[in-house]
Amino acid sequence: MEAGFPNVCLIISFLFLLGALIISLFRLITGPTIYDRIVSLDLIASIVMGFILLYSIVVNKAIYFDVVIVISLIAFIGTVSISTYLKTKK
Amino acid sequence: MNSIILQIAARHIKALLVLFAIIALLRGHNYPGGGFIGGLLAALSVIYYGFAFNAKQVRDKLKISPTTYIALGLSLVVLSFVPSILNQLELMQGVWLKVQIPILGELKLGTPLLFDIGVFLTVIGVTFLFFFSLTKVE
Repeated sequence: MEAGFPNVCLIISFLFLLGALIISLFRLITGPTIYDRIVSLDLIASIVMGFILLYSIVVNKAIYFDVVIVISLIAFIGTVSISTYLKTKK
Repeated sequence: MNSIILQIAARHIKALLVLFAIIALLRGHNYPGGGFIGGLLAALSVIYYGFAFNAKQVRDKLKISPTTYIALGLSLVVLSFVPSILNQLELMQGVWLKVQIPILGELKLGTPLLFDIGVFLTVIGVTFLFFFSLTKVE
């Protein structure tokens, strides 16, 4: 990727997303309670959506947008199902 | 679960998921998608409903039982083998039928579409079975 203002912006946003991913992974691994882990899993899904959108800009293909639509529709069913499980366990 | 936010969201997301499942099913031959993914999306729309309301209500509302879905899907898959045998081609080789539609142009229908619809129905049935047995609705 050659230098230039749009590419520098892309690289900076990739770095920020990577930082967010590392921080939420840290919370996923060393979460004090299970609720922290659930929220961090939801957050990781959102960050992955951001990664896919940026990658679709890099490779210049719109077909990746559908992946993002599906992830955004599916993402919170995991959260809801774990919450239901925790609620019925008590 | 008695969450109003989840119940209202499930009502609207159901339509979106079914729409996207049909899109994924129909363009599956040349682009990402296909019968398996479409079936999972269509089944998830009902599972959303099951989480938001009550899994038992959803099971009672289903007009076709999950095993019927599986049987229907597998018989469609077997049916998609028939044209290739009748034309004396290899088994499961695609046979395409071109239909002329007046304004829109040419529509290609083939046995891969029939196969995909069979996979779609089978995956819906299997996912329903998983869901109802995990939530212990009998």
